Amino acid sequence: MNNNVLISVRGLTKTYQMGEVYVHALRGIDLDIDNGEFVAIMGASGSGKTTFMNLLGCLDKPTSGTYLLDNINVAEMDDQAITQVRNQKIGYVFQAFYLLPRTTALENVELPLLYCRKMHPKERREKALHALEVVGLADRAKHYPNQLSGGQQQRVAIARAIVNDPVFILADEPTGNLDTRTSVEVMELFQQLHSQGKTIVLVTHEFDISRYTLRIITFRDGKVISDIPNEDVHIASEDLKKLPRLDIEEEVS
Amino acid sequence: MDILSIMRIAFKSLARNKTRTFLTMLGIIIGVGAVITMIAIGQGATKVVNEQISSMGTNVIIVMSNMSNSQSRARQAAGSGNLLDEGDVKAIQEKVDGVLYISPVYSTFGQLKYGSNNWRGSITGVDVDYFLIRDLSLESGQYFYPSEVESGAKVCVIGKTVADNLFVGEDPVGKTMRIRHIPFTIKGVLKSKGASSMGMDQDDIVIAPHTTTVSRLIGQRWKFMTIMVSAVSKERIPMVQEDIMNLLLTRHNGTTRDDFIVRSQTDIAEAASTVSNTLTVLLASIAGISLLVGGIGIMNIMLVSVTERIKEIGIRMAVGASKRDVLLQFIIEAITISLIGGLIGIIMGWSLAVVLGQTMDWSISVTPWSILLAVGFSCAVGIFFGWYPARKAANLNLIDALRYE
Repeated sequence: MNNNVLISVRGLTKTYQMGEVYVHALRGIDLDIDNGEFVAIMGASGSGKTTFMNLLGCLDKPTSGTYLLDNINVAEMDDQAITQVRNQKIGYVFQAFYLLPRTTALENVELPLLYCRKMHPKERREKALHALEVVGLADRAKHYPNQLSGGQQQRVAIARAIVNDPVFILADEPTGNLDTRTSVEVMELFQQLHSQGKTIVLVTHEFDISRYTLRIITFRDGKVISDIPNEDVHIASEDLKKLPRLDIEEEVS
Repeated sequence: MDILSIMRIAFKSLARNKTRTFLTMLGIIIGVGAVITMIAIGQGATKVVNEQISSMGTNVIIVMSNMSNSQSRARQAAGSGNLLDEGDVKAIQEKVDGVLYISPVYSTFGQLKYGSNNWRGSITGVDVDYFLIRDLSLESGQYFYPSEVESGAKVCVIGKTVADNLFVGEDPVGKTMRIRHIPFTIKGVLKSKGASSMGMDQDDIVIAPHTTTVSRLIGQRWKFMTIMVSAVSKERIPMVQEDIMNLLLTRHNGTTRDDFIVRSQTDIAEAASTVSNTLTVLLASIAGISLLVGGIGIMNIMLVSVTERIKEIGIRMAVGASKRDVLLQFIIEAITISLIGGLIGIIMGWSLAVVLGQTMDWSISVTPWSILLAVGFSCAVGIFFGWYPARKAANLNLIDALRYE
């Protein structure tokens, strides 16, 4: 067995009960993801990819099967322990950003640190500022979400995802609400984080977005139908040069 | 996660929604303020009544015949409302143990005149013991003598208000004023007992020998006597009361206990405080209802706030907040709202009580227990009405919360 395995999933199923009907969202998934991988999970609506993402992110519990994250069986953990896992090991990036309203970018990034071990407010501030620097938004620390563009909001969300130095970043359709150029900019950021050694799992239904990853796993009807390395990796920073700057972001201050 | 950090999160969250926080607090502010003000007014009234009763004197017992007892055959037979006479005073003095001082009391009104100054005052006809029973001390001059009482001398002692109104800038002692055109020599001026806030001026008084008062001012036919007794000690009061009653029953044939009223200061104080306590409870319960409504307001806002903040709760839980963290955050928010609201309510209620006391000339008394009650109640309201929405927030399914639109 590979020592570098980060995520190991065996026979994972998830069944929802909708009234009298049982919906088999996942029908037995076996999957390994190594440290430092950049994976895209693809599939149409109803393919089970969102359900799989929820299980991967410990937002939901599987009906059966095992899920080893960092060699710990997450499927058997109690609520309190899973809360810890969510806080320490996983960084979330959502389609709709999910920043707290009326809260500055800096405070939003600090949020995961508030819920972990005791930390001096100054240290917390420094960490959050550093994460904002990584995503290139240090100068927007005091801005509120409604003063930021969509791309900036998503980058704040990414800063929040990396601030606790998680073992992997789970991004659910991170470009779904963004225009093409901003999407590529976000992908550039992900590629940059990956090059720094971060493990990234990205759920998307857009083929264009999956081309920036290194491995593409495709779901259909609750099963993995293909799991192949990406032969034609696009470099986001190069694509950006080709894209016209149609919508120069308005500076909001 | 430690309580301090959760408190910080809760405070931040409250500060972020200042309008909502303030509106929620308003209910508690008004409720607590009302409780404090109402209790202050009620307690103030109680205090005034008690002060007045204690200003009657010490260990005082009042004896009178019961005019309102129309069933009494004895009263009808006597042909007048009054059963008591000077013989009773003498008998009580001689036969009842534990009587320290005793004096008959006759009351009437009359026009007072000195020079061109007029004043309408109340005249009290008493024996010399009356000054001791009521603890009346002199500012100038002297009391009248027992011999003057015996001889029915036209002398009197006056209160400060009478002195100020009739003798402007003059010393009344030794002067002669006219009571219903009858000249009385003023022997002394009493020390001020202060104006009572119930509208009775305790210094608006003329005290004369009872003999003179009856013969010159009231007339034998219309006299109605009460007897004021002071007992040697507080403990002896019930015994003295009982002995007086028995003595009166043997002295007046065919009378029953209903024909006489033998009441001690304590009896009067108790009756009065029952009334004023009822008033306090009534006022406080009205205020309590507004506090309750304020609490329901908190629950309302917190419930709405849970619904409104489902997504926020989802985000917090996704990045590592546990159920307990969310529960605590919401409870702390509710308690903070009610505590701060309670504090503001205390300040507002207290100020309102003081302002009311000054403008309406009411006696006001803000007691520590009313503050404790209000604070305790607002805390309880916060926990009670905050707990349900908090639990609702904590039990939200994470995925549902995140996907909630």
